[in-house]
Amino acid sequence: MPAVELNNICKSYNDNLVVNNVSFTVAQGEIFGLIGPNGAGKTTTIRMVMDITKPDSGEINVLGESLSEDTKNRIGYLPEERGLYKKLTVLESLTYLASLKGIKPRLVNSRAEGLLERVGMLPHKEKKIEELSRGMGQIIQFLVTIIHGPQLVVLDEPFAGLDPVNTELLKEIILELRNQGKAIILSTHMMNEVEALCDRILMIDKGRTILYGELAEIKLRYRNNSIFLEFDGMLGEIEGVVGKRDYGTYVELFLDEETPPRKILEQLVNRGVSVNRFEVSTPSLNEIFLQVVKEE
Amino acid sequence: MNKTVLIVKHEFLRTVKRKGFVIMTLAFPMIALLAIGIYQIVQGIDTSPAPDEEVTIGYVDKIDLFEGYTEQPGGITFIAYRTEEEATSALLTEDISEYFIIPLDYVSTGVVIRYTSEKELEPPDETQWAMKSFLLSNLLEGQASPEIAERVKSPMWLSSIRLDETGEVATDQGGFGAFIVPLLFGFLLIMAIFSSSGYLLQGLGEEKENRIMEILLSSVSARQLLTGKVLGLGAAGLVQVVIWLLSAVFLVQWVSTTIGGVLSTLQIPDNLLILGIVYFILGYLFFAVLMAGIGAIGATARESQQMSMLFLMPAWIPFWVLFFITRNPNHVINTVLTMIPVTAPTMVFIRLGTSGIPTWELVLSISLLVAAIIGALVLAAKAFRVFLLMYGKTPRLGEIIRRLREA
Repeated sequence: MPAVELNNICKSYNDNLVVNNVSFTVAQGEIFGLIGPNGAGKTTTIRMVMDITKPDSGEINVLGESLSEDTKNRIGYLPEERGLYKKLTVLESLTYLASLKGIKPRLVNSRAEGLLERVGMLPHKEKKIEELSRGMGQIIQFLVTIIHGPQLVVLDEPFAGLDPVNTELLKEIILELRNQGKAIILSTHMMNEVEALCDRILMIDKGRTILYGELAEIKLRYRNNSIFLEFDGMLGEIEGVVGKRDYGTYVELFLDEETPPRKILEQLVNRGVSVNRFEVSTPSLNEIFLQVVKEE
Repeated sequence: MNKTVLIVKHEFLRTVKRKGFVIMTLAFPMIALLAIGIYQIVQGIDTSPAPDEEVTIGYVDKIDLFEGYTEQPGGITFIAYRTEEEATSALLTEDISEYFIIPLDYVSTGVVIRYTSEKELEPPDETQWAMKSFLLSNLLEGQASPEIAERVKSPMWLSSIRLDETGEVATDQGGFGAFIVPLLFGFLLIMAIFSSSGYLLQGLGEEKENRIMEILLSSVSARQLLTGKVLGLGAAGLVQVVIWLLSAVFLVQWVSTTIGGVLSTLQIPDNLLILGIVYFILGYLFFAVLMAGIGAIGATARESQQMSMLFLMPAWIPFWVLFFITRNPNHVINTVLTMIPVTAPTMVFIRLGTSGIPTWELVLSISLLVAAIIGALVLAAKAFRVFLLMYGKTPRLGEIIRRLREA
């Protein structure tokens, strides 16, 4: 049973179609990237998954059913526009928002303290939210998202505004959640983050699906068929290479359709060329996005 | 625990812990106690002349009619002068405290001209009474017996008694004492309603500004959020109004029995507490639901508060036309204001203290208020769905109407 299943979802605001016939599924135990530029329709799609906004048409199933109060308790949601009660303490914030997810008060404290310890913020538990730094506040918001042990975690731009240390911390926890079998939807316009974390992706632009599938398969589909090479010695003519770009300290070799990179490496070794770096070029998601948009 | 109950509890505790709420709740009993204290102090200060203090007032009688009765009660003595110049120099040498002139045309005009060296708002009551007594006594000399002359000075001490339907003396006798207490309650009621719905507006505005709304809506429905907030803040407001009502009952009973004076006439109409609670709950629900809708629409707490004035200001209309209501207790406008949901809570209290309200009017007023609450609830729920997650800019009136229609 997929954790999330969307079929032909459409949503308009003021005659402006912001989500146009979008379909996708998210499996348990995977990190699913919902990516696209700003204004692509990511947040609206997520709000429809969370039943905060109703779709004009289409069908949404979450954890095997239409969204109900019980289902909401099994989802953790970190919205793009987020905040907390400034006058509440860290522990009070976690307690109140966890109780709204159906967690019994006697369980909340131990869970909250466990999570705070995990992120190194236990000493701050009695501090008011307004006394925390922005980054700390964002970490607390993330803890609010997962304190109730959700089966599905929906994160909308989770790394926005975070420093590198906290970004890494969040990535670690996201991977831990995936390893625990949770389904994770990661919505972001920062495509490099998706490449590091996601198993599958849906790329949307102007409300339409432009790419959907396994990240590795998509990258393969859009590969340049080139390699980066750093070497000592003379290259000469290499069979299967149809072009070369010299970057000074290294070169990019463009291969014909039939030649796999392995064949090039074999030829170089046989000629006694000393290879310091051999890297199969794969386009970034950003490049793929630009290419797809250009093609359309 | 039910999520709505959790929100009710959270909102209630968040509100009653606010410094502003605690100060406002305690302010009324404290101010009332302070006012009573000041009243007692003022009562204790006797501004009239001491019993052994003699007051001498001069006069110039130009018609030679006023010779006798120069000794008046309260130690006031009148001394005649032949000319104004003599009277003025006596005033300047402080032989007299003031003087007055009875002109030639006094009998036809009644005009008496008074001169004094004191700066005063109006002539002291004792002086006026003594002058009146002096003039009357001389005018009636030989015209009426001394008893009649005394009665002419004070022809009536009116004592009015209200009978109930059975012909018995009614417990609620009306008048100032019966009017002021419901008026005060009406004022407190509207203050409680406004402060509670103000907290609701402020809370919603803060939640929109803090961007916590979407986190809440991922756990609860807009309906649960609306209900929880309205009931939680309503409960806090009810605590406030109950504290005020109980302290008012205690204070009124205390001052009317122990202090006396005008305070001894204070009365609490029988149905005031029941109607107080009923109209607080209904009035609060009506305004709170309206404020919730406005809070959902406004981009910030400040903008929401500006919009809310559109509905809050009309609630004061009964106080603006208070003079008209007291002068015309049975005018049709009073009935109309009792029926309009925005003015009904205050209007009912003002009328309780003046003319009373027929039962049919109360039933109709409460029914209309309930209908208005339901209507406001439908609109507020729509506003919650449509506008709660709109940030940055408050929509224009045209857009609000259009989107509420579409919702």
